[in-house]
Amino acid sequence: MGTTDLWTVAVIVGLACVTVIARSFFFMSSKPWSLPHWAQRGLQYAPIAALAAVVVPEVVMVQGHLTPSLQDARLYGAVAGAVAYYWKKNVLLTIVLGMAVYLPLHIGLGW
Amino acid sequence: MFLRRTHYRHPAFAAGMAQMWPQAPGIAAWGLMTGVAMVKSGMSVFESVLMTLLVFAGSSQLAAIPLLVAGAPAWVILATGFCVNLRFVVFSLHMRPYMMHLPLWERLMHGYLTADLTYVLFTRQYPKPGTTADERLAQTAYLAGNCAVNWGSWISASLVGVVAANFIPTQWGLGFAGILCLIGILCSLASTRLRLVAVGVAGVAAVVAYALPLKLNIVAAIAIAVLLCLSLERFEPQRPAGTPH
Repeated sequence: MGTTDLWTVAVIVGLACVTVIARSFFFMSSKPWSLPHWAQRGLQYAPIAALAAVVVPEVVMVQGHLTPSLQDARLYGAVAGAVAYYWKKNVLLTIVLGMAVYLPLHIGLGW
Repeated sequence: MFLRRTHYRHPAFAAGMAQMWPQAPGIAAWGLMTGVAMVKSGMSVFESVLMTLLVFAGSSQLAAIPLLVAGAPAWVILATGFCVNLRFVVFSLHMRPYMMHLPLWERLMHGYLTADLTYVLFTRQYPKPGTTADERLAQTAYLAGNCAVNWGSWISASLVGVVAANFIPTQWGLGFAGILCLIGILCSLASTRLRLVAVGVAGVAAVVAYALPLKLNIVAAIAIAVLLCLSLERFEPQRPAGTPH
């Protein structure tokens, strides 16, 4: 376990400011302006695109490389989760059933 | 914010909390593994707790930890944190019309607390910004309810992770629960054909561009998917009534 030094604390405070600035970036200034209509329409695709961009590499890649192996617990966990969602429209069940498929394969078989 | 009585007494606050609850285990699993990662990579318990309480951004924490431990220059760490957070800059553009009626410090507070899932659930619930004072109050209260559950489950699980770091083996892969949570939300959003196109395009783009530094592949994937779907929209025969746009 490391020791605490002031420099690290200062950087952590700086990172907190970065969080605020990044997440408030376009509504910090109160100058009136508005987005063109096409851009507003386009942003409706941003949430789902962001999720896919985060999720897909986490499921199909290992340390930055595509994994063409079918012995990968994440693939089955992810599919089970998606099926569970479409079955009951419930995110909690998605997590529970996905993990119920993932954990035995991952811990038990080492996939 | 949830400190304001008019917000936390509003029925939309409870609705916001209720809709975030099913995600809480996923957020918690993720927070837990972030807490574990901080301590296991050599940060002190005090630093890890401080980082959990202040930074409140899993991906930028995970990116900053190795740099902090290696003693990289401060500006490099902060710039890395910002780049990893660039997707939130895109989200803030989307959130702007929902926020501008609030005073500055409340906007900053909401911005600070609006993580991936709060943003996604909020814009799913309210495809359009409110036009009357009542609608705006309800939307703000809903967002505050979302944020309260998201913040609470993330922070508490992260702190548990920091304390119990040496008892939780990372090789179990508990963090996968966080990914499953995102998969559930993703399915809930995939309501139109073009959104499915956005999933495919963004997923492939994020894998292809994975070698980009600082998780810029995510921002690139969002940009490509948004632009492509916008240009494909004109070929849609007709937008069915009631779909968000």
